[in-house]
Formats: sequence, C-alpha cells, structure tokens
Amino acid sequence: MESRNKYPDPSTIKEELLKKYPPKVAKKRAKAIVINDPEEIPQVQANTRTIPGIITQRGCSYAGCKGVVLGPTRDIVNLVHGPIGCSFYAWLTRRNQTRPDSPEGENYMTYCFSTDMQEEHVVFGGEKKLKQAIQEAYDLFHPKAIGIFSTCPVGLIGDDVHAVSKEMREKLGDCNIFGFSCEGYKGVSQSAGHHIANNQVFKHVVGLDDTDNGGKFKINMLGEYNIGGDAFEIERLLDKCGITLVASFSGNSTINQFENSHTADLNVIMCHRSINYMAEMMETKYGIPWMKVNFIGAESSAKSLRRIARYFEDDELMARVEEVIAEEMPAVDAIISDIYPRTKGKLAMLFVGGSRAHHYQELFAELGMETLSAGYEFGHRDDYEGRKVIPNIKIDADTKNIEELKVTADPDKFKPRRTEEELAKLKAEGLDIREYEGMMPDMKSGSLVIDDISHYESEKLIELYKPDIFCAGIKEKYVVQKMGVPLKQLHSYDYGGPYAGFTGAMNFYKDIDRMVNSRVWKLIQAPWEDVQSELEATYVTQ
Amino acid sequence: MLLRHTTKEVKEREGLTINPAKTCQPIGAMYAALGVHGCLPHSHGSQGCCSYHRSTLTRHYKEPVMAATSSFTEGASVFGGQANLLQAITTIFSVYDPDIIAVHSTCLSETIGDDLQQICKKALDDGKIPEGKKVIYAPTPSFVGSHVTGYANMVKGIAEQFAESTGEKKNQINIIAGWMEPSDMREIKRLAKELNVNIVLFPDTSDVLDAPQTGTHEFYPKGGTTIEALKSTGDSFSSLALGCISAEPAAIALEKKCGVPFLTEDMPIGLSATDRFIMSLSKAAGVNVPDEITAERGRLVDVMTDMEQYFYEKKVALFGDPDQLIPLTEFLLDLNMKPVHIVSGTPGMRFEKRMKDILKRSPGSNFKNGMGADMFLLHQWIKNEPVDLLIGNTYGKYIARDEDIPFVRFGFPILDRIGH
Repeated sequence: MESRNKYPDPSTIKEELLKKYPPKVAKKRAKAIVINDPEEIPQVQANTRTIPGIITQRGCSYAGCKGVVLGPTRDIVNLVHGPIGCSFYAWLTRRNQTRPDSPEGENYMTYCFSTDMQEEHVVFGGEKKLKQAIQEAYDLFHPKAIGIFSTCPVGLIGDDVHAVSKEMREKLGDCNIFGFSCEGYKGVSQSAGHHIANNQVFKHVVGLDDTDNGGKFKINMLGEYNIGGDAFEIERLLDKCGITLVASFSGNSTINQFENSHTADLNVIMCHRSINYMAEMMETKYGIPWMKVNFIGAESSAKSLRRIARYFEDDELMARVEEVIAEEMPAVDAIISDIYPRTKGKLAMLFVGGSRAHHYQELFAELGMETLSAGYEFGHRDDYEGRKVIPNIKIDADTKNIEELKVTADPDKFKPRRTEEELAKLKAEGLDIREYEGMMPDMKSGSLVIDDISHYESEKLIELYKPDIFCAGIKEKYVVQKMGVPLKQLHSYDYGGPYAGFTGAMNFYKDIDRMVNSRVWKLIQAPWEDVQSELEATYVTQ
Repeated sequence: MLLRHTTKEVKEREGLTINPAKTCQPIGAMYAALGVHGCLPHSHGSQGCCSYHRSTLTRHYKEPVMAATSSFTEGASVFGGQANLLQAITTIFSVYDPDIIAVHSTCLSETIGDDLQQICKKALDDGKIPEGKKVIYAPTPSFVGSHVTGYANMVKGIAEQFAESTGEKKNQINIIAGWMEPSDMREIKRLAKELNVNIVLFPDTSDVLDAPQTGTHEFYPKGGTTIEALKSTGDSFSSLALGCISAEPAAIALEKKCGVPFLTEDMPIGLSATDRFIMSLSKAAGVNVPDEITAERGRLVDVMTDMEQYFYEKKVALFGDPDQLIPLTEFLLDLNMKPVHIVSGTPGMRFEKRMKDILKRSPGSNFKNGMGADMFLLHQWIKNEPVDLLIGNTYGKYIARDEDIPFVRFGFPILDRIGH
C-alpha cells in the first residue's frame, strides 16, 4: 500500500481523463471510470454502446461468435457468409492451437472459408450462393459439421441462414449444419457474439451423443480457448491428477466433444464472460453444476485443482492433487525466487477482453507487481462486480435483441449430479459453486477500474502513472511502446505461451522480467540529444 | 501437413472462396488516408471492421495505426448511421484534433445506403467542422472489388476533395502512388531527388508507418502529404499515376477537376518498369537522367548477369495485388524465369488483359483473377505442376511448408517478419 502514495489521487486522475471530452461524452464516460473500493464495490457502467469516434478497442459480434467461440474447433468447417473481409481478418489471427489425433486427422483451422458476397448478392439475396458454397464445402471435405456465420449485410438483406442450414442439413444427411445470426452490429461488442454462439451450439450440438466414455472424475472445461497452448498445459495437469476432460469449449476441441459434453459431472469455467450462458443452460437441462476456476498463476492453478477435487469429495483424488502440486511447485519457486527481486514493486495495467484483465493480476501479484488500473473491453457488470448484481442489471435497447433461450430440464437426460443439500454443504465449506465474485473485490482500494477504455484514456493513464508494463492487444502494442513503456499482449501473448498452469506461470515470469528490464528502454534517447552532454566541436576550424 | 485437406483435383467452384488472395475495400482506404499528414481515418460502419483493419495494418507494419469508427448498433443499422457519424465527428475533433477526417464506408453502411457526401455536407452546414479543418470521404463497399479498390477510391477522394487550381502552374509533377510500402514511397522520393524533379507524392505513408522510436507517441506522425501540397496538385504540370488499378482513378479525377494531364505507368518494380518510370519522369520534367541512376541500373543488370544460371527457367507461383503483379511478372520474365501459376483475388478486365499480354512471353502459364482466384486454387495448381519458388504474402507460408518450396514474402500483408 505504501507505494500508492507516490501516485496522484485517483479522483484527480479521473478528472484528467474526462477533461477533454465534450460534456455529453464526459458524462457517459464518468460512469465507466470508477475508483475501486473492494469493501463496498461501486457500480460500473458496462456493456453499453460505444461512443462513436472515441477510438475504442472493441470488435464486433461476429468476432465474438466465429473468431472466439467457434474458431478453435478443428473439425467444423466455419463458413462465413458475407463479403471477404470478415473471413480474411479472422484467418489464423487468434492463436487457438489444436492437436488432431493423427497427421491426417481433420483440421480446418488453417483454412478460411467465405461466400465472398458480391454486389449482386446484396441486391438479389445471397441464399443461393450460400447453398452452393455449403454443397461445395461438403463435396470437397465431407466435414462432420458446417457452421454458417452471418456478417453485417446478411441481416439487412434478409438472408435466412437458419432456413438454409436446415434445408442443407436435410439434403446432405450426414453433416450437421447450423447458422449463427452474429451480424457485426448486434449488441455492442464481441460479447453479443459469445451469447449467440453459446445458444446455437447448445441448441444444435450439445447432447447429441450419449456415449459414456468412462472416467471417474469427469469435467468440461468451459471458456478456455487454448491460446498459445494454454489448454494443453491444463489438460496435462488434469491428466496427471486423474481427472477426465470430456469436452473443452472450445480450445483444442472437436464437435464430438461438444455432442458428448452433457455426460460430464462438473463444468469448470475459465472465461466467465464468454461461456457462462452454456454453463447455466447445461445445469438447467442436464443437471451439471458449474464452478469458476482460474489456471492463470501458479497459486491459482493449485487452488483450482484443489477446488475440483473438493467438489468430487474423493480422498484419493485430493491426495493425488496434492502430490501433483508438490511435484510442480519446486520448479516454479526456483524461477520466482530468481526473478522476484527484479520485478517486485513494479506497476502493471491491464485492459483486455472480458476475463484476462482479472486473471492475470494473479500472475503479477506472484511477481510482486501491483495492478494500478484494469478494465475489460466488453465485460458485463457481473464480471466486474460479481454475479450477485445480475438481478439488478438492466438490459438496454442495444442488447435486448440478443436471444435468451428458454431452457428446461430434459425429460430423459436431466440427472442432478449433486442434490441441492449437497451443494449447499459444499458451499458452506467454502466451495463457491455457481459463483463468480468478479474482478473488483480482488483489486486494491483506490485502483482505477475502466470499462471500454478509449485510446485517449490509455495514453493519459500512461502519462500520469508511468506504469512499468501495460497489458492490452495488438492495436495498443506499438502506441504504448512508442511511449517507452513495454506492452504485453494478453490476447496473442506476443506469439509466446502457454501462460496457464505451472509451466505457463514460469513462461510468464520470464517474459515479464525480460520486458520490464529490457535495456532497450534506456537506449531511446540519442546521446547527442541529451542536454547534459554538450558536444565539443573539436574539428571545427576557424 | 498444414493444408492437409487440399486436393490435387481441381473442381470449378461457384459459391465457395477458400483462402482468399484479397481482402475487403476499407483497409485500403484506411491505409491511403494514413498517407495524408494530420489525418485520422474513420470507418463508417460497425466497429468490428475498424478493429480488424487497424489490427491487420498494425501486424504488417509493427506500428501504431490510428482510426475511429461510427460504432453502428442495430438501431443505426436499421434507421441509418447519420447521427453516429455526426457524433463521431464532434468527438474526434474535440478529443483527437486532426486536421482532416477521412471517412470510408463498409458493407453495412453501403447496404443501408448511407450517403457519405450528404452526411459530411450536413456536418459542415451544422458547424460541426471547426475552422480550417476538413472532412473528406470515399465510399468503399466491401462487396465490390478488393482492398486495392478501396485504396483507389480513397486516393481518388483525396485528389478530388483537396486539389485546387489557382490558374497559375507550379513547377512540379504529381506522383500518385499506387498501393506500395512506405519504403517504396521513400525510394520514389529519392529517385525524384536524384533526377532533380519537384514532385508532390500522394498518398505518402513514409514517416507514418515506419516511424522512429522516440519515447513519444506522435498521434499524427511527421510523414504524410500535407494539405498545402495536396491543394497544389491542381496546379502541377502533370500527374504520373503509378499503377493502373490503384492510382489511375485519382489521376483521372484530377484531370477532370483541374485539367492536369496524366500518364499512367506501372509501379517501378523490376528492371523494365523502373526504366519506364525513370524515362517518363525525366521526360515529363525535361531533365536528363543522372549518371548515378544509370549506374544503379547497371548494378542491377550486373546482378542479373551474375545470377543468370540460378534464375533460368525456374518455375514460379505468385499471388497478390494487380499493380504489383503486373511489373513483378514482367521482371520474372526479364530474369528468364517462368511464372507458371498466378492468382489475384482482385477482379478487373484491365488487369486481366495486362497480365495476359505479359504472359504471352510464357506460354502455358495459369492466370486467374477475381471470383474463384484464391490460394486454394493456387495450391491445387502447384500440386499438379510443382514450382521452384513461391512469391506472396504471409499466407503463402502454409503452401510453402507443405510443398517444401522456397518462399519470398512479398506484398500485403506480411505478418510474420520484422523489418521488411
């Protein structure tokens, strides 16, 4: 806490951030910039429309649906219905890794599929071309499934991707075809796309395959997209502990895993924002409880493994988990004790998507670094303030057109994995089932929480706080570095990783040490521009 | 195998594009607008486009890429985006204070029929554009042409909306840059200086997208063609458009508006096209070619002579954008190489005709552009007739690895190398 005193008062900073805005803009942004108090969490404005012209980091619903949730599944042909851009820009740009069973195994992730809509299709409709594209994809690849993703013009011209999907599914017989109305203008950010993706995968895929593939402790990993191999590391740990991973939504996943996912006994959630819908729907329909975990940070990973073991209430599993943690930790400790003296007391800021801005604070804490300010691009109030505020969240006009599925218990397949009494007992023992406390309770008093941060606000924050590292994405990376501050990309990991689990923690420590202590930051100024050292004109003659 | 599902058998496709050799218009318009000093590009559409375009340009240049967006919601998509754009203009001028906002559209705003000209005029009439500031625009529907079309449209918009003729000719020549790299633009300026010709180069992204590390983020970097220079293009002796697809439309617009005559040449890539560029520029300005440029040319021919045995009859597959492919293919032929497979996602009869003319020197070559001309097809062609070299953007690396072909990264985008 003492290091805080070096910095200006957060309310002064907030004032500074708002000063340049026109009054209406300032009024709106004031609600999205809050000074945290972990004891009495203030309300944050989140999941509201972006202010035109403000320079946001946000993307669109299509990116949230195709790019994020469905992108990582290797054996679905993801066909984008629209002009070429949307498909092109989502082509191998998110680092979802995958590992097919064999070198010949299905893997379409290196491909980019599009209907490449032209002017005539905008005028006369694109359904015919879409059907043709589905047929051609089927003839060429015979995939198990084809997902159709709508882009901006599709909704406007009235192409019905759902009717086309149904028609082609019936025509082709052995290929599951389903559509997503994830037009870029839906909702206010990527978040709408997550919800749309959850709904359609739940409706068209989950529960189709009842095969019990065995395993004593069966879980699904929800909201883990295997960026830079994160899911591989988590899978390694689960495997070591004897926990069976039935399905992963959707890092390193296959469509059959989704179909079979209702046979698991517990859903654990990494990214709450993108996948909490799926967890809730699966619990209602099939009776599978869910629990938040966090495999970012060595301590968090250990804690998450223990929590999974406690849910199953099995002594052998609990003992095995402790053995695994004991095996993993010495290597972590050795590295952290080397690095800690070089990172301790340094300052971090994190402005990332919808979950990492929270998770990665754990890793910085392990490095002895303080998080002064953090925020999401598209988190909702529950991601900031905790799920307890959900009943008070008003769904505004921009979001109310995102479908809420009406889910009921499946008459044949609903099977409560635990009775309400058992769950209440676990909860009483401190296992927070169906709970997510959000980012703010874990952040210090006086830290600044900023939703949908604008370019202007980021630059100001850096100017005023001079953090040692700023975490965001590719669009911010070179802006911030030009200011002489290293930027760690927490979307792409700057092409490194994994950062999850114990191996990931060690990778992260080393990367941050390298970045905050790099010599390059001291080499920016040319020596002749240093006012301290005046050049002597030795060779100048009279 | 990274592209393990690509089959050798080529089947005609009508509905499905796989691994495109193009992207959509607005990114080209954004790039062009960054070549104007003090300009903030603005994407009139939903914000996903703007983020994707900024990200792709950033990944290519490893530099900040600034742009704003109208951030359409569903309401605006149904009732029109005028209010969003007007609000954006107010916010941008008060927060980011550019001299110019250059607005382009997307498939969303084009489908609903937003009229950029009318909205920009309204902004002016309503007093939303501060004194001395300017808002220019170019419609860039993503369902027409490609990123190259978008570049051409914005460059045309720049020419049309800045050029003024005072009636007094200026001793200068306009060089309208087709879509080329900042380093290429720097080289064009160097050659003009060597020739001792006054030029106005536009757009000019050198010193914008290859800025130095100074410890300060210059929101509007030092580079970019200035407003003053752009205004003066109407008084220039003539224009030289480099690239018939990406630069010529601007030259035509400038001739129409201010009566500046123009000549279109290929981008100076390779020996023959560079020869033509030097000849045209020296002729237009009435200057002799200095010995230093003749020596540079001689050094290139020397390399070609020395390496002749390694180039002779080598088969090349290439993909990319029209104004680069035309001179590059010609250069390969000058090197005695055989460009056997060429695709470009960018459509256009003129491009097709130029390529077919050039390829008369290389009987049996496959060339396709526009619909169906994607990298999946290129890969299938390569499987049927293997090549010794592949030239194209980053996405060629998957073909190069699978087929074990030496690979030269060329064109846009190059996402996986630094310092290119």
